[in-house]
Amino acid sequence: MAKRQTKENPLIGPLPTERDLRLDLFRGLALWLIFLDHIPSNLVSWATIRNYGFSDATEIFVFISGYTAAFVYGRAMQITGFIVATARVLKRAWQIYVAHVFLFAIYLAEISYVSKTFDNPLFAEEMGVLNFLNNPDVTIIQALLLKFKPVNMDVLPLYIVLLLWFAPFLWLLLRSPTLGLLVSVAIYTAAWMFGLNFPAYPSGEWAFNPLAWQLLFVFGAWCALGGAKRLARWTHSKIGIALAFAYLAFAFGIVMTWYFPPLGAYVPAFVGEAIYPIDKANLDVLRILHFLSLAVITVWLVPQSWPGLKSPVFWPAIVCGRHSLEIFCLGVFLSFAGHFVFTEVSNRVFMHVIVSAAGIAIMVGAAALISWYRRVERQGPGPRPPAIKTGYAGSEA
Amino acid sequence: MTGRYSFGLALPVLAVLAIAVAGQLLPGLLVPALAQSAPPAAAPPLTECDVPDRHTEIDFPLPQVTKAIAAKKLSVLVLGAGSSQLPGAGGAKNAYPARLQKALAEKLPGVEVTVATDVKPTRTAVEMLKSLRQSLTDAKPSLMVWQTATVDAMQSVDGDQFGQALAKGIKIARSVGADVIFMNPQYSPRTESMIALATYVEILRWVALQHEVPVFDRFNLMKSWADLGTFDLYSATKKLDMAERVHDCLGRLLADLVLESSKVHSPETGNGNEPGK
Repeated sequence: MAKRQTKENPLIGPLPTERDLRLDLFRGLALWLIFLDHIPSNLVSWATIRNYGFSDATEIFVFISGYTAAFVYGRAMQITGFIVATARVLKRAWQIYVAHVFLFAIYLAEISYVSKTFDNPLFAEEMGVLNFLNNPDVTIIQALLLKFKPVNMDVLPLYIVLLLWFAPFLWLLLRSPTLGLLVSVAIYTAAWMFGLNFPAYPSGEWAFNPLAWQLLFVFGAWCALGGAKRLARWTHSKIGIALAFAYLAFAFGIVMTWYFPPLGAYVPAFVGEAIYPIDKANLDVLRILHFLSLAVITVWLVPQSWPGLKSPVFWPAIVCGRHSLEIFCLGVFLSFAGHFVFTEVSNRVFMHVIVSAAGIAIMVGAAALISWYRRVERQGPGPRPPAIKTGYAGSEA
Repeated sequence: MTGRYSFGLALPVLAVLAIAVAGQLLPGLLVPALAQSAPPAAAPPLTECDVPDRHTEIDFPLPQVTKAIAAKKLSVLVLGAGSSQLPGAGGAKNAYPARLQKALAEKLPGVEVTVATDVKPTRTAVEMLKSLRQSLTDAKPSLMVWQTATVDAMQSVDGDQFGQALAKGIKIARSVGADVIFMNPQYSPRTESMIALATYVEILRWVALQHEVPVFDRFNLMKSWADLGTFDLYSATKKLDMAERVHDCLGRLLADLVLESSKVHSPETGNGNEPGK
């Protein structure tokens, strides 16, 4: 089956058949970083990339998700046609929606507990954030509509929206990759020019504007469908790599002024005027460039054929990246739990390290369990899942 | 709690190094605030709730305050939301605006210090603008302390809208001859996973830098207190004693910032943000 599809679409050529372990590895690492960053005041999060440049693990996650989505559903679209592939993409969006609602239920449990047990006149204003518990009729419906999103629960709604309109995008990308990418850039530009975003509840807009962030998702898909090969001439050139290093150094310098304000004196005013504020909600160009620089250097340092990728050292991250939805949700839950431990048990450095390490260990353990179960299920008696699902190492985008 | 702080020890060390280097390379261009914090003898005496790295922020001048102190009559308006007040009968007396008044009066003998307040809970920056003109007309302050950003973060107000409201407030206050100091949100560990403060703290810092407004960094100050064990901000209690001590410290440290900033001269080359190249 895998061979047949290559003949069906002569326009785009064969999709690679062997899974690129780097995708799983870096998505797994991104999931760990997102977990560490989501525990408020976690000292271990000093080690994560957001403290050393403009972009953070979200960019990695969205890009790789776009890449693998194109990889999985692109093949499905070539084999089974547009309608069936669209149905599969939408089914995936539905799964993510259910996962999001599940996380929201856990969040409700956490903050209901806090509102019943915590009282301190010093923080009377801040405790007002729990007031939405007083009108669950409104807030729960707004949450189901993806308009009310608690802190750190913005990524899955973004992912859902990106998948909802992904099928037509994929159709276009399979026919004309360049046109597909141009449409994506046009939407991004329009979002910036006209300030377009989705409304949030009770006020404001989405913390990750899908109209802006779709660019990275589609760019990932474009790379998966042959774009990466076309870019290789540039990304592997000495100039490309030197530019990437230079940009990373620039970003590092700017970020250091955030931690050591006196260094800000060295940043010429016009540079500050030009770069600030760095807009995360709308995926600032500075963030895209930072992510691209990281990607160029990573691809250069870690080629796909590198035998080290198969070493057991990287297995924990790879197995997490392979089951990204489950592990992402688990990570969000664990970050709630981690913060809970900090407030209820201890807030010492020691505890920060323990909670961070234990959280990652639980993520790896759960991913290993899922891998094991998928394997057993495939080998066991009864009707086997269709080959198209197992063909991709048992994982969805 | 002390162990947690050791991790961040590198910060003040590096900051001091950075000041030293900056002082070597750009002596004439940096604001006097940096030079002021370099020799330890010139630094103001530490109060018991002060933290070591508080003086590393670049200070901006407060010309109206400087003039007012010279004229022996300093009037301050505190514009704020719920975290600028305390509940109970003694709330007004013990909240930081009243403590600020007391601290300023002690440190400025012979100067008549008054502190008026325009404080109501659950107000965003935009909402505070509504009563601002009236409050400025009533109080005729030389300084407006603007405590904001918490409610904006809780309601996830649009970031641009928040930033524009801040800029507008500065403009209004300056148009009636008042300097401005921003006070950013409290560090509230229990609700930390529920309020996304970081974006708003960052916008506030950026607007302050653009308009040369000093920031009283309440967030990092209280975080340092939690790290150092000065106050147990995790404790669940209905009692007011800790909240009163916190507000007392806030008032006194805010008074320090007002006085330090009032001594900063406006350099001809501009402010510390511009290296003047």
